[in-house]
Amino acid sequence: MSVSTRTNPKGQFGPLYKGHEGQYSWLLHRVTGVAIILFLFAHVVDTAVVGWGPEAYNRVASVYHNPFVRLLELGLVAAVLYHSLNGVKIMLIDFFPGLTGRVRALGIATALLFVAAMIPITVIMGSGIIRLLTEG
Amino acid sequence: MATTTEARPEPPPAKPAGAGRLRPVRGFELWTWLFMRISGIVLLFLAVGHVLIMHVYDRGVDRVNFAFIQLRWASPFWKTWDWLMLVLALLHGVNGLRVIVLDYVRPPGARLAINSFFTVLGAALMALGTIIVVTFDPAKWPAP
Repeated sequence: MSVSTRTNPKGQFGPLYKGHEGQYSWLLHRVTGVAIILFLFAHVVDTAVVGWGPEAYNRVASVYHNPFVRLLELGLVAAVLYHSLNGVKIMLIDFFPGLTGRVRALGIATALLFVAAMIPITVIMGSGIIRLLTEG
Repeated sequence: MATTTEARPEPPPAKPAGAGRLRPVRGFELWTWLFMRISGIVLLFLAVGHVLIMHVYDRGVDRVNFAFIQLRWASPFWKTWDWLMLVLALLHGVNGLRVIVLDYVRPPGARLAINSFFTVLGAALMALGTIIVVTFDPAKWPAP
Protein backbone atom coordinates (compact mmCIF):
# COMPACT_ATOMS: atom_id res chain seq x y z
CA MET A 1 0.00 0.00 0.00
CA SER A 2 1.15 3.49 -0.68
CA VAL A 3 1.65 5.71 2.32
CA SER A 4 0.51 9.31 2.10
CA THR A 5 3.51 11.55 1.53
CA ARG A 6 2.07 13.96 4.08
CA THR A 7 2.41 11.37 6.80
CA ASN A 8 5.49 11.40 9.00
CA PRO A 9 6.76 7.82 9.30
CA LYS A 10 7.60 8.48 12.95
CA GLY A 11 4.12 9.61 13.98
CA GLN A 12 0.66 10.54 12.92
CA PHE A 13 1.03 14.31 13.22
CA GLY A 14 3.20 14.95 10.19
CA PRO A 15 6.60 16.56 10.14
CA LEU A 16 7.06 19.57 12.39
CA TYR A 17 9.25 21.42 9.91
CA LYS A 18 8.53 21.18 6.22
CA GLY A 19 11.45 23.35 5.19
CA HIS A 20 9.38 25.99 3.43
CA GLU A 21 10.49 29.63 3.22
CA GLY A 22 8.23 30.64 6.11
CA GLN A 23 10.13 28.35 8.46
CA TYR A 24 13.39 30.11 7.74
CA SER A 25 11.96 33.61 7.96
CA TRP A 26 10.37 32.64 11.31
CA LEU A 27 13.70 31.27 12.58
CA LEU A 28 15.63 34.31 11.31
CA HIS A 29 13.13 36.62 13.01
CA ARG A 30 13.84 34.89 16.34
CA VAL A 31 17.60 34.71 15.91
CA THR A 32 17.89 38.38 14.86
CA GLY A 33 15.49 39.41 17.65
CA VAL A 34 17.54 37.64 20.33
CA ALA A 35 20.78 39.04 18.92
CA ILE A 36 19.39 42.59 18.95
CA ILE A 37 18.03 42.49 22.52
CA LEU A 38 21.25 40.93 23.87
CA PHE A 39 23.23 43.70 22.18
CA LEU A 40 20.76 46.30 23.47
CA PHE A 41 21.37 45.19 27.08
CA ALA A 42 25.06 45.98 26.63
CA HIS A 43 24.41 49.09 24.52
CA VAL A 44 22.24 50.78 27.18
CA VAL A 45 25.10 50.35 29.67
CA ASP A 46 27.81 51.60 27.28
CA THR A 47 25.72 54.65 26.36
CA ALA A 48 24.94 55.35 30.02
CA VAL A 49 28.67 55.98 30.53
CA VAL A 50 28.17 59.46 28.95
CA GLY A 51 26.88 60.43 32.39
CA TRP A 52 30.46 60.05 33.68
CA GLY A 53 31.97 62.54 31.25
CA PRO A 54 34.20 62.69 28.15
CA GLU A 55 37.16 60.68 29.43
CA ALA A 56 35.05 57.69 30.49
CA TYR A 57 32.75 57.75 27.46
CA ASN A 58 35.49 58.16 24.85
CA ARG A 59 37.28 55.14 26.31
CA VAL A 60 34.07 53.10 25.89
CA ALA A 61 33.40 54.51 22.40
CA SER A 62 36.89 53.41 21.30
CA VAL A 63 35.62 49.82 21.47
CA TYR A 64 33.46 50.66 18.41
CA HIS A 65 36.58 51.72 16.51
CA ASN A 66 37.98 48.18 16.53
CA PRO A 67 37.74 46.51 13.05
CA PHE A 68 36.39 43.21 14.42
CA VAL A 69 33.71 45.01 16.44
CA ARG A 70 32.86 46.89 13.26
CA LEU A 71 32.22 43.60 11.50
CA LEU A 72 29.83 42.66 14.30
CA GLU A 73 28.26 46.11 13.88
CA LEU A 74 27.56 45.32 10.22
CA GLY A 75 25.84 42.13 11.41
CA LEU A 76 23.81 44.17 13.89
CA VAL A 77 22.63 46.57 11.18
CA ALA A 78 21.67 43.57 9.02
CA ALA A 79 19.78 42.01 11.96
CA VAL A 80 17.83 45.21 12.69
CA LEU A 81 16.99 45.64 9.01
CA TYR A 82 15.87 42.04 8.53
CA HIS A 83 13.84 42.00 11.75
CA SER A 84 12.13 45.26 10.71
CA LEU A 85 11.30 44.18 7.15
CA ASN A 86 10.11 40.76 8.25
CA GLY A 87 8.11 42.44 11.04
CA VAL A 88 6.34 44.53 8.40
CA LYS A 89 5.58 41.31 6.49
CA ILE A 90 4.11 39.72 9.64
CA MET A 91 1.93 42.78 10.29
CA LEU A 92 0.71 42.89 6.68
CA ILE A 93 -0.43 39.27 6.99
CA ASP A 94 -1.92 39.90 10.46
CA PHE A 95 -3.92 42.98 9.55
CA PHE A 96 -4.84 42.10 5.96
CA PRO A 97 -6.12 38.48 6.10
CA GLY A 98 -6.58 38.54 2.33
CA LEU A 99 -2.79 38.39 2.01
CA THR A 100 -2.60 35.01 3.77
CA GLY A 101 -2.45 33.20 0.44
CA ARG A 102 0.46 35.39 -0.66
CA VAL A 103 2.80 34.62 2.23
CA ARG A 104 5.40 33.12 -0.09
CA ALA A 105 5.43 36.13 -2.44
CA LEU A 106 5.64 38.50 0.54
CA GLY A 107 8.54 36.46 1.95
CA ILE A 108 10.42 36.68 -1.33
CA ALA A 109 9.72 40.42 -1.56
CA THR A 110 11.05 40.84 2.00
CA ALA A 111 14.23 38.92 1.18
CA LEU A 112 14.80 40.91 -2.03
CA LEU A 113 14.23 44.23 -0.25
CA PHE A 114 16.64 43.18 2.50
CA VAL A 115 19.38 42.17 0.04
CA ALA A 116 18.84 45.34 -2.03
CA ALA A 117 19.24 47.50 1.09
CA MET A 118 22.22 45.54 2.40
CA ILE A 119 24.29 45.98 -0.79
CA PRO A 120 24.93 49.76 -0.41
CA ILE A 121 25.07 49.44 3.40
CA THR A 122 27.76 46.74 3.17
CA VAL A 123 29.74 48.86 0.70
CA ILE A 124 29.52 51.95 2.94
CA MET A 125 30.26 50.17 6.24
CA GLY A 126 32.79 47.82 4.61
CA SER A 127 34.80 50.74 3.21
CA GLY A 128 34.82 52.21 6.72
CA ILE A 129 36.30 48.97 8.08
CA ILE A 130 38.91 48.87 5.30
CA ARG A 131 39.80 52.50 6.05
CA LEU A 132 40.30 51.54 9.72
CA LEU A 133 42.53 48.61 8.75
CA THR A 134 44.68 50.56 6.29
CA GLU A 135 45.04 53.74 8.37
CA GLY A 136 45.67 51.72 11.53
CA MET B 1 -1.67 -7.00 5.70
CA ALA B 2 -3.04 -4.12 3.72
CA THR B 3 -5.93 -3.61 6.10
CA THR B 4 -3.64 -2.77 9.05
CA THR B 5 -1.83 -0.03 7.12
CA GLU B 6 -5.15 1.36 5.94
CA ALA B 7 -6.41 1.49 9.53
CA ARG B 8 -3.72 4.02 10.37
CA PRO B 9 -5.45 7.29 11.30
CA GLU B 10 -5.11 10.23 8.97
CA PRO B 11 -3.16 13.20 10.34
CA PRO B 12 -5.35 15.92 11.84
CA PRO B 13 -6.40 18.59 9.33
CA ALA B 14 -3.57 21.05 8.75
CA LYS B 15 -4.01 24.67 9.67
CA PRO B 16 -4.52 26.95 6.67
CA ALA B 17 -1.23 27.66 4.91
CA GLY B 18 0.62 30.47 6.60
CA ALA B 19 -1.70 30.58 9.60
CA GLY B 20 1.14 29.79 12.02
CA ARG B 21 0.52 30.22 15.73
CA LEU B 22 -3.07 30.89 16.72
CA ARG B 23 -3.64 34.54 17.55
CA PRO B 24 -4.58 35.40 21.12
CA VAL B 25 -8.18 36.59 21.50
CA ARG B 26 -8.25 38.10 24.99
CA GLY B 27 -6.36 38.99 28.14
CA PHE B 28 -2.66 39.62 28.70
CA GLU B 29 -1.52 37.75 25.59
CA LEU B 30 -3.81 39.81 23.36
CA TRP B 31 -2.42 43.07 24.75
CA THR B 32 1.21 41.95 24.44
CA TRP B 33 0.45 40.73 20.89
CA LEU B 34 -0.99 44.15 20.04
CA PHE B 35 1.87 45.94 21.82
CA MET B 36 4.45 44.03 19.77
CA ARG B 37 2.83 45.30 16.59
CA ILE B 38 2.33 48.91 17.69
CA SER B 39 5.83 49.21 19.15
CA GLY B 40 7.13 47.42 16.04
CA ILE B 41 5.67 50.09 13.77
CA VAL B 42 7.13 52.90 15.91
CA LEU B 43 10.51 51.12 16.19
CA LEU B 44 10.52 50.68 12.41
CA PHE B 45 11.13 54.44 12.27
CA LEU B 46 13.05 54.96 15.53
CA ALA B 47 15.41 51.95 15.40
CA VAL B 48 15.97 51.79 11.63
CA GLY B 49 16.45 55.56 11.60
CA HIS B 50 18.87 55.31 14.53
CA VAL B 51 20.86 52.54 12.86
CA LEU B 52 21.09 54.42 9.54
CA ILE B 53 22.05 57.73 11.18
CA MET B 54 24.51 56.37 13.76
CA HIS B 55 26.04 53.39 11.93
CA VAL B 56 25.82 54.06 8.19
CA TYR B 57 25.50 57.79 7.41
CA ASP B 58 28.60 60.06 7.38
CA ARG B 59 31.37 57.65 8.55
CA GLY B 60 29.03 55.90 11.00
CA VAL B 61 30.36 55.31 14.51
CA ASP B 62 33.78 56.73 13.54
CA ARG B 63 32.40 60.16 14.37
CA VAL B 64 30.65 59.12 17.59
CA ASN B 65 32.38 60.34 20.74
CA PHE B 66 31.45 62.40 23.80
CA ALA B 67 31.42 65.67 21.85
CA PHE B 68 29.00 64.13 19.32
CA ILE B 69 26.58 63.05 22.08
CA GLN B 70 27.01 66.42 23.80
CA LEU B 71 25.84 68.18 20.64
CA ARG B 72 23.11 65.63 19.93
CA TRP B 73 21.63 65.58 23.40
CA ALA B 74 21.52 69.38 23.53
CA SER B 75 18.37 68.88 21.44
CA PRO B 76 15.14 67.78 23.15
CA PHE B 77 14.17 66.12 19.85
CA TRP B 78 17.03 63.61 19.96
CA LYS B 79 16.67 63.12 23.72
CA THR B 80 13.00 62.24 23.20
CA TRP B 81 13.82 59.99 20.24
CA ASP B 82 16.47 58.08 22.18
CA TRP B 83 14.38 57.78 25.36
CA LEU B 84 11.29 56.54 23.47
CA MET B 85 13.44 54.07 21.57
CA LEU B 86 15.01 52.87 24.83
CA VAL B 87 11.62 52.18 26.43
CA LEU B 88 9.94 50.61 23.40
CA ALA B 89 12.94 48.49 22.37
CA LEU B 90 13.41 47.09 25.89
CA LEU B 91 9.70 46.26 26.27
CA HIS B 92 9.54 44.78 22.75
CA GLY B 93 12.74 42.78 23.26
CA VAL B 94 12.00 41.48 26.76
CA ASN B 95 8.51 40.42 25.66
CA GLY B 96 10.03 38.72 22.62
CA LEU B 97 12.37 36.81 24.93
CA ARG B 98 9.37 35.84 27.08
CA VAL B 99 7.56 34.37 24.06
CA ILE B 100 10.68 32.39 23.10
CA VAL B 101 11.18 31.14 26.68
CA LEU B 102 7.53 29.95 26.72
CA ASP B 103 8.29 27.96 23.56
CA TYR B 104 11.52 26.29 24.62
CA VAL B 105 11.56 26.16 28.43
CA ARG B 106 9.01 23.73 29.87
CA PRO B 107 9.67 23.44 33.64
CA PRO B 108 7.55 26.15 35.33
CA GLY B 109 10.30 27.05 37.82
CA ALA B 110 12.91 27.60 35.11
CA ARG B 111 10.42 29.63 33.07
CA LEU B 112 9.67 31.89 36.00
CA ALA B 113 13.36 32.25 36.85
CA ILE B 114 14.46 33.14 33.30
CA ASN B 115 11.54 35.48 32.63
CA SER B 116 11.99 37.20 35.99
CA PHE B 117 15.68 37.67 35.26
CA PHE B 118 15.05 39.37 31.91
CA THR B 119 12.18 41.45 33.34
CA VAL B 120 14.33 42.73 36.21
CA LEU B 121 17.27 43.34 33.84
CA GLY B 122 15.02 45.21 31.40
CA ALA B 123 13.47 47.32 34.18
CA ALA B 124 16.91 48.15 35.62
CA LEU B 125 18.27 49.19 32.21
CA MET B 126 15.15 51.23 31.50
CA ALA B 127 15.65 53.06 34.80
CA LEU B 128 19.38 53.57 34.15
CA GLY B 129 18.82 54.82 30.59
CA THR B 130 15.99 57.13 31.67
CA ILE B 131 18.09 58.66 34.46
CA ILE B 132 21.02 59.23 32.08
CA VAL B 133 18.93 60.75 29.26
CA VAL B 134 16.93 63.00 31.61
CA THR B 135 19.84 64.18 33.77
CA PHE B 136 22.45 64.57 31.00
CA ASP B 137 23.32 68.26 30.84
CA PRO B 138 25.61 69.14 27.89
CA ALA B 139 26.50 72.48 29.55
CA LYS B 140 27.95 70.67 32.57
CA TRP B 141 30.94 69.49 30.52
CA PRO B 142 33.60 71.51 28.64
CA ALA B 143 32.42 72.61 25.19
CA PRO B 144 33.61 70.36 22.37
